[in-house]
Amino acid sequence: MTSTLEPEVGRARLRKEDARLITGRTRWTDNFTLPGLVHLAVLRSTEAHAKIVSIDTSAAKEMPGVLAVYTADDLDPEGSIGMPCAWPITPDMASPRRPVLAQGEVNFAGEGVAVVVARSAAEAEDALASIDVEYEDLPVVLGLENALAEGAPLVHEDLGTNRNAVWKFDSGEAGSGGDVEQAIAEAEVVVKRRFRQQRLVPAFMEPRSCVVDPTAAQLTMWSATQVPHILKTMAALTLGIPEHKLRVIAPDVGGGFGGKIAVLPEEIMALLVARKLGKPVKWTESRSETMVAAHHGRDQIQDLTIAARRDGTVTGLKVELLADMGAYLGLVGPGVPILGAFMFNAIYKIPAYHFACTNVFTNTTLTDAYRGAGRPEATFGIERMMDELAAELGMDPMELREKNWIKHDEFPYTTVSTLTYDSGNYEAATERAMQLFDYEGLRREQRERRERGDTVQLGIGISTFTEMCGLAPSRVLGSLDYGAGGWEHAAIRMLPTGKVEVVTGSSAHGQGHETAWSQIVADQLGVPFDDVEVLHGDTQSSHKGLDTYGSRSLAVGGIAVVKAAEKVIAKAKPLAAHMMECAEDDLEFANGRFTVRGTDKSTGIQDVAFAAFMAHDLPEGMEPSLDSEAVYDPENFSFPHGTHLCAAEVDTETGRVHLRSYVCVDDVGAVVNPLIVEGQIHGGLAQGIAQALYEEAVFDEFGTLTSGTFADYLLPSAADLPSFTTDRTETRSTTNPLGVKGVGEAGTIASTPAVVNAVVDAVRHLGVDDIEMPLTPMRVWQAIRTGRSAAGGPGAEAGGGLGSIDSTQGGAR
Amino acid sequence: MRITVTVDGTRYTDDVEPRTLLVHYLREQLGKVGTVVGCDTSNCGACTVHLDGHSVKSCSVLAVQADGCEVTTVEGLARDGTLHPVQQAFHDNHALQCGFCTPGMIMQSIDLLADNPDPDEQAVREGIEGNLCRCTGYQNIIRAVQDAAHHMRPGAGPEAERVAGGDQSAAGRAASSVGGGGE
Ligand code: FES
Ligand code: FES
Repeated sequence: MTSTLEPEVGRARLRKEDARLITGRTRWTDNFTLPGLVHLAVLRSTEAHAKIVSIDTSAAKEMPGVLAVYTADDLDPEGSIGMPCAWPITPDMASPRRPVLAQGEVNFAGEGVAVVVARSAAEAEDALASIDVEYEDLPVVLGLENALAEGAPLVHEDLGTNRNAVWKFDSGEAGSGGDVEQAIAEAEVVVKRRFRQQRLVPAFMEPRSCVVDPTAAQLTMWSATQVPHILKTMAALTLGIPEHKLRVIAPDVGGGFGGKIAVLPEEIMALLVARKLGKPVKWTESRSETMVAAHHGRDQIQDLTIAARRDGTVTGLKVELLADMGAYLGLVGPGVPILGAFMFNAIYKIPAYHFACTNVFTNTTLTDAYRGAGRPEATFGIERMMDELAAELGMDPMELREKNWIKHDEFPYTTVSTLTYDSGNYEAATERAMQLFDYEGLRREQRERRERGDTVQLGIGISTFTEMCGLAPSRVLGSLDYGAGGWEHAAIRMLPTGKVEVVTGSSAHGQGHETAWSQIVADQLGVPFDDVEVLHGDTQSSHKGLDTYGSRSLAVGGIAVVKAAEKVIAKAKPLAAHMMECAEDDLEFANGRFTVRGTDKSTGIQDVAFAAFMAHDLPEGMEPSLDSEAVYDPENFSFPHGTHLCAAEVDTETGRVHLRSYVCVDDVGAVVNPLIVEGQIHGGLAQGIAQALYEEAVFDEFGTLTSGTFADYLLPSAADLPSFTTDRTETRSTTNPLGVKGVGEAGTIASTPAVVNAVVDAVRHLGVDDIEMPLTPMRVWQAIRTGRSAAGGPGAEAGGGLGSIDSTQGGAR
Repeated sequence: MRITVTVDGTRYTDDVEPRTLLVHYLREQLGKVGTVVGCDTSNCGACTVHLDGHSVKSCSVLAVQADGCEVTTVEGLARDGTLHPVQQAFHDNHALQCGFCTPGMIMQSIDLLADNPDPDEQAVREGIEGNLCRCTGYQNIIRAVQDAAHHMRPGAGPEAERVAGGDQSAAGRAASSVGGGGE
């Protein structure tokens, strides 16, 4: 094919989505109103663990504007409705019923207890105060080790245990490597560490919201969700609604980051109430509700052992995790830490590997996916361990990594955890990053500062990460007992005038699919970018899909679009040949035109689409349509990688951390839109850095979330973050036709260990080998003074960076 | 209580409860849903609008406090289909992803530029510190604000906004003096 047009893929196209978003012509779920709409407000438990003795709703029912007040016994008298968990990681997993509203017992502070239906949101809210709930306290289970201790009180008495499941992988047993115990026994050097992944709040900016209209032909739900298709099927199964009677729409959705991969009790509640009353209902949460009731992320204790030879060759890695599920299981919650099983070995050739994860119930908000889901935890663990091993060996940490990583000529490479990495070039990304960062220069300055005992010390943190993206080959998900496949759907409609509608099952919430998919289709079909419209997020137009998470949109959904376009061209070809009176074999297709080889006779695909529409003169037996659809199931994951370097200044007198520079070179394969890719990296970095320095969901000893507002939970502002230097290398994925890998989670996964490694590196000579996240000035200062790294257990101080910012640069909001 | 407020150039007279927040009045009574609510502690800035030309978090102003005032929301910035230079700069610099923080960010950025027409990076970071964004890491927002500053010289600010409803010649002048826009 000769190309004369500039290809769309690779162009820094400005986004189509922006036009409505910058002018306020938005369709957030909370914006919708319908005739007769009534509003829901949920009364939430103030107790973390208690029997519900009684709920008196009589006074609330008398409040002005109140139509009804319901408890669990009203909505689900049989107690038969349970919120779905789609990832039973083991056959014997302990799984409590998660009711729509607490029934008999509350298991975390924030759990719904009753729901008010009123004419206005304010009236519904007002009535909450008139509901009287009598609780009888039960012992509150907090902290992973407490929950597992002998004789610990139980979150769910009927389960008989606080252990949700134990999931193991062992390379000796799997035949993918050696026996890790033997490797440790025979090692010249063994380093053991315990790391803590604090609990985080995904904190998408748009609070969750749903509207249900029972008066529509199909029972219709608008929801601020990442997963409209999954929500539709799951809601149908949960409530026994025939699936074809339900329609779910995710309109404009204000961020998700994994936090909107869920089927919410409130969504199910809204369906139940709307059907009961026959009126449209709306539920929109306040931010305070988001903080306690929307699922949290991370929360692990990681016990890691790495074995090596004196020359730095890693010989084994043993990973033992405790993961906090909270009080119930979220949609994919139990599987989140398990995703880490495949990523602890990262980019390294590790001959023996063992992974075991124990999932634990506590009386806290449930945890589930948060940007990276399992992979940031793993990357943090291994990248911290590489630095610790380097320190133990007295080696440069980059040299140690290089000694162990997979070389560019060793791909495809099957890892000890059984994944086959198709491509990568760690050397290239690292070389570029080292240049941009001035690694040597900063090391020199570090030495100088140490020598002169400067009160401000400099540290360099490295993170050479990879991740598994493009979730996922369906057969792999099947082998992990995941409750769905990993394919994606796309359809292309060729309209009579030659314009193109693309339907995708990938439901965007800020990623820019409308722009990127338009670029892909413009190239594939040779039509103008502006002639393409992308439809998504409504099960009526986009009937089939598995939605957006796990950096899967482009590597799976984008490829489905390519496959659908190929089918359009294949369908158009016989008609084009018929129109030009030639043999199909004489045609070639490029830049939107079928040309008769060796002649200047040609016809455009948009003209062919018109001819198909007219259908006056079609080849024998041809159906009058070019419309096509495809479902693509990836053959493998994709494996983006990169080298992230962070320089941190630590004021040893105050514990304040200042990020002096942050350089990352990511290899996300071929790039459809470099602008969007860079944006994803920036946002990802901000979230990963925030985990390292600022954010923590903290519970007091009663199980009350003390960092329950944006005043206490320190989402970084612009004043709290540095400028990033980003660059890319490009090693194409070999397992999909676009050569793409995915970028949504890269920045978050890579940056947390880079920052922590930098801070520890700055003060290692003062006897510090770990500081628990977030690295608040107090913790850093304490580590320097006392060598104590621990952040403290439940009831410890709320973390965060209020004081970590120079007062002249703000920080306290 | 009865209030009269001019919002994006249109005068409204309404009865409101004394406790009604300006943002709820805008969204629920006027249908100005371009302005959004992101928190309940006045931390996120998603609800930022201009009250008599200065940015306020409309979740921390009562509707009755806006009586007799002019309110400009993100919906009232574009002139005859031409984007405000700050809107344009947000588009040009990929300064938004999900777009939920964007109305507030844009309103705050305009206010910032009215005070400081040529802010350096640090000044922008501090100037938008009360507006949270979870998607972008702020880098492109900062670029956008500086880019807008470049296009807006010698400065837009309150004067450019107050013309919304009435004075057509002033509107025309404002549109051309802010320049920059256009796809
Ligand atoms: S809604 Fe968050 S500051 Fe107003
Ligand atoms: S663009 Fe999503 S919160 Fe700022």
